[in-house]
Amino acid sequence: MAKTRLIVVGNGMVGQRFLEELCEKGNPAAFDITVFCAEPRVAYDRVHLSSYFSHHTDEDLSLVKPGFFEKYGISVLVGEAVKQLDTAQKLVHSNKGKTMAYDKLVMATGSSPWVPPIAGSAHHECYVYRTIEDLNAIEAAAKQGKSGVVIGGGLLGLEAAGALKALGLDTHVVEYAPVLMAEQLDRMGGEMLRRKINSLGVSVHTSRNTVNIAMHGGRTGLHRLNFADGSTLDTDVIVFSTGIRPQDTLARYSGLFVSERGGIVINDQCVTSNPDIYAIGECASWHGQYFGLVAPGYKMAQVAADHLLGRKELNFTGADMSAKLKLLGVSVGSIGDAHGRTPGSRNYIFQDDQAGIYKKIVVSPDGTKLIGAVLVGDVDDYGQLLQMKLNDLPVPEHPDTLILPSYAGAKPAMGVDALPASAVICSCFDVSKQRIADAVAAGCHTVAAIKAETGAGTGCGGCVPLIAQVLNAELAKQGIEVKNHLCEHFPHSRQELFHLVKVGGLKTFGEVIAKHGHGYGCEVCKPTVGSILATVHNDYILKPEHTPLQDTNDVFLGNMQKDGTYSVIPRMAGGEVTPEGLMAVAQVAKDFQLYTKITGAQRIGLFGAHKGDLPEIWRRLIDAGFETGQAYGKSLRMVKTCVGSTWCRFGVQDSVGLGVELEHRYKGIRTPHKMKFGVSGCTRECAEAQGKDVGIIASDAGWNLFVGGNGGVKPRHADLLASDLDHETLLRYLDRFLMFYASTADKLQRTATWLESLDGGIDYLREVIVDDKLGLGAQLEADMTEVRAKYECEWKATVEDTSQHARFAHFINSPVHDPNVAFVPAREQHRPASPAERRIIPIRPVETV
Amino acid sequence: MTWTTVCELDAIVPGTGVCALVGDAQIAIFRPHADDTVYAIANIDPFAEASVLSRGLICEHQGELWVASPLKKQRFRLRDGLCLENRDYSVASYAVRVSEGHIEVQN
Ligand SMILES: Cc1cc2nc3c(=O)[nH]c(=O)nc-3n(C[C@H](O)[C@H](O)[C@H](O)COP(=O)(O)OP(=O)(O)OC[C@H]3O[C@@H](n4cnc5c(N)ncnc54)[C@H](O)[C@@H]3O)c2cc1C
Ligand code: SF4
Ligand code: FES
Repeated sequence: MAKTRLIVVGNGMVGQRFLEELCEKGNPAAFDITVFCAEPRVAYDRVHLSSYFSHHTDEDLSLVKPGFFEKYGISVLVGEAVKQLDTAQKLVHSNKGKTMAYDKLVMATGSSPWVPPIAGSAHHECYVYRTIEDLNAIEAAAKQGKSGVVIGGGLLGLEAAGALKALGLDTHVVEYAPVLMAEQLDRMGGEMLRRKINSLGVSVHTSRNTVNIAMHGGRTGLHRLNFADGSTLDTDVIVFSTGIRPQDTLARYSGLFVSERGGIVINDQCVTSNPDIYAIGECASWHGQYFGLVAPGYKMAQVAADHLLGRKELNFTGADMSAKLKLLGVSVGSIGDAHGRTPGSRNYIFQDDQAGIYKKIVVSPDGTKLIGAVLVGDVDDYGQLLQMKLNDLPVPEHPDTLILPSYAGAKPAMGVDALPASAVICSCFDVSKQRIADAVAAGCHTVAAIKAETGAGTGCGGCVPLIAQVLNAELAKQGIEVKNHLCEHFPHSRQELFHLVKVGGLKTFGEVIAKHGHGYGCEVCKPTVGSILATVHNDYILKPEHTPLQDTNDVFLGNMQKDGTYSVIPRMAGGEVTPEGLMAVAQVAKDFQLYTKITGAQRIGLFGAHKGDLPEIWRRLIDAGFETGQAYGKSLRMVKTCVGSTWCRFGVQDSVGLGVELEHRYKGIRTPHKMKFGVSGCTRECAEAQGKDVGIIASDAGWNLFVGGNGGVKPRHADLLASDLDHETLLRYLDRFLMFYASTADKLQRTATWLESLDGGIDYLREVIVDDKLGLGAQLEADMTEVRAKYECEWKATVEDTSQHARFAHFINSPVHDPNVAFVPAREQHRPASPAERRIIPIRPVETV
Repeated sequence: MTWTTVCELDAIVPGTGVCALVGDAQIAIFRPHADDTVYAIANIDPFAEASVLSRGLICEHQGELWVASPLKKQRFRLRDGLCLENRDYSVASYAVRVSEGHIEVQN
């Protein structure tokens, strides 16, 4: 079958979304696609145009995924515009003299800024704010000038004013109407906004009618604006933001129907008056209305693509023009009938001049429905109010409680359960509640995962609180049925994966993902698989095939601190350290200028080590007889001990001796999360062992073994697993317990939560470990013996393998330390300088090592 | 705009990144695969203002590659520095290429 020749005129935000919808959801092979792109670059994110000034590369703003056009064989004519459309012969003619035939055509030409026809306004030094070229021109002009004015105090005008201010200009805004953002805000809201903007140093002039501009006719500035009331304003840079008009010229001349207010007339399927031509985005007019926001355009792109693919269910049904923005740092929200124009509607208003907050809601005449809202200075309620309006949810008895500050009493929570499945949660990406629920069901259990999966929340970000609510509601609804898939790359829980790795004898991440997952992997699955591989095989974790899997802590064998330096914590098993050891540690701390502290784990921590110094620091510690304390790893950290029967007059067993033995027995074994042990020499429990993952308390007859305790955020007392154990039985149970935990826990699950999630809890665990009901005991012990045999001190291996050392240098191409690390004195030692302090501390020239 | 040679391609373990000093700029260079695909973005984590991005884990989301900051796990797109969590915290990206086994960055 011959391919359908499809021409898309315009490669803006909506045109590009259309191509994605068509190619990624449909059958691109059925089309032969040509795109005319009048701008000198392919589609970019106009909504975040202003960030171009801070970023400065157009690639940052690009909306085209790398290789997208090539992948689908789309031919893009960059810098080439369609100048004539011949609907009778189905041909287009370009400004570069090309003629091309089409079967179907899509108009996505957007809109263009409208500039009032006053004297001077057509001068080439009057700028508009729509394209990257416009921004380049404004920036160049700003470099020559000191002051700037934006004519037009609407949404885009204030955005442009923010840009002028950021460029360092003394900025003015001139508005014809008595209020700013007259379209979206009522008078009081606009007034509050003006006050806030004024206080930020932008001068706002309302009710000013600019009658002409004397280009190069100013005194205190290059140009002069003359207003109807006789006053003037001199300025160096002039930007017009006086509205947009749909770009429908091409359509007009080709005979397509065009609406009275402008815009190419479309029906509910986005088809124009010619059945082979669609129009989408800002150039289209639906029921006499055009839309200057991107979300309705995206919806049109979806409808048109579906229609073209022969799926006719989807219709364009208009769009909600509510908006939430941050202009010059001031948050503003506008919903529905913001002006309360509906006859008989009731207003509720809250205003706080001190904090600069204004909120208004408009309720239907019968008091049952929310029909509009204005929010200035505080837009926290926006998401909830918008959903209430869009879904016709009932308004509470006292509607004003919706906007009163929280200290006035509990706010009525709407509850996302009240929302229908079809409710649009994220309007930027048209993501419904259902879609989020589906993502949760498919294993996205965090807001971040939902963002990554659905795109929701990655545009303006206004919907993020609501996404979190839907997520929590869905998680609760699905109860224990929550799928614990590791992440988008593995349809397995950690426990399943552990068994797959073990049974399959898999040795590398590459093997594991090829066999049981898909894609490249991510920050969740890589370290988890790394940890599983380490538990099962106890390989040196810095072999090249394992290095990319480790969190930075494991990659550089130290805990990364907030400033990018590392901590150095040698093992002091059971909290024992010799005077010689102490001296060696002290000397290292002195020579490398390390902050020194006893940690919560009965050992000494040295902080603030440069990455590049780590190999030398450890060489010296190892020479002095130390080994790594694995303070960075998800593994056994330490065994806390009390002094026990050797010194204490109450002690009944040698708690220190046992603690030291256990620490050496289990050190280095990677577990799903870090582990802490404690051993007390009598029931007085000075080692606080019951707050540890494994707690052992001496009894007259032997040892009592407790498991699943935790300190931290959610303290939990450990449960008694077995009592009065002799030394050998204790070790056997411990081997079994640790291996069973390592093989069945979820990712990053401490023993406390793991134990609580076990069906049957401690009784079931006792059956497995003590009664060996599953017959796993011997295997678990053998597995433990095998990994224990492979222990080596990672730091010793690293110090000896000099090929590893280059990796520790901060720069691959320079011997200097990280110049961004700086310290300030604190209590006779030092601490990291805060970023603010770093900016004022003169950075000393760094010495080379 | 000049190309500065930074290091040999083989100096980067596949699947990891390194940090290079180019002029005054700290640039994180990543080599996601065992081939000669490389990416370069600023090394400074804009949230903590610490020089750590080269030490993050490379990850895949939305069909693209990112690096997760080792400090608080915000993700930055390798091809352009876009921050997934909050685009206002995106970082700069740099042109980078491999020429005769050496990595070169444009600055
Ligand atoms: C500074 C700024 C901030 C904004 N902020 C927001 C916001 O916060 N929220 C929001 O929802 N919207 C915002 N918008 C509006 C949003 O950018 C537009 O709604 C969106 O870009 C419309 O997409 P489009 O594809 O219809 O038009 P465009 O993105 O304008 O694309 C149309 C393209 O077609 C090209 N073209 C025109 N004629 C031809 C021809 N004959 N041949 C070939 N090519 C042609 C044009 O050059 C242009 O590149 C903002 C706009 C600006 C300028
Ligand atoms: S727990 Fe008992 S043995 Fe240990 S220090 Fe306290 S009192 Fe002494
Ligand atoms: S509504 Fe803008 S990101 Fe979701």
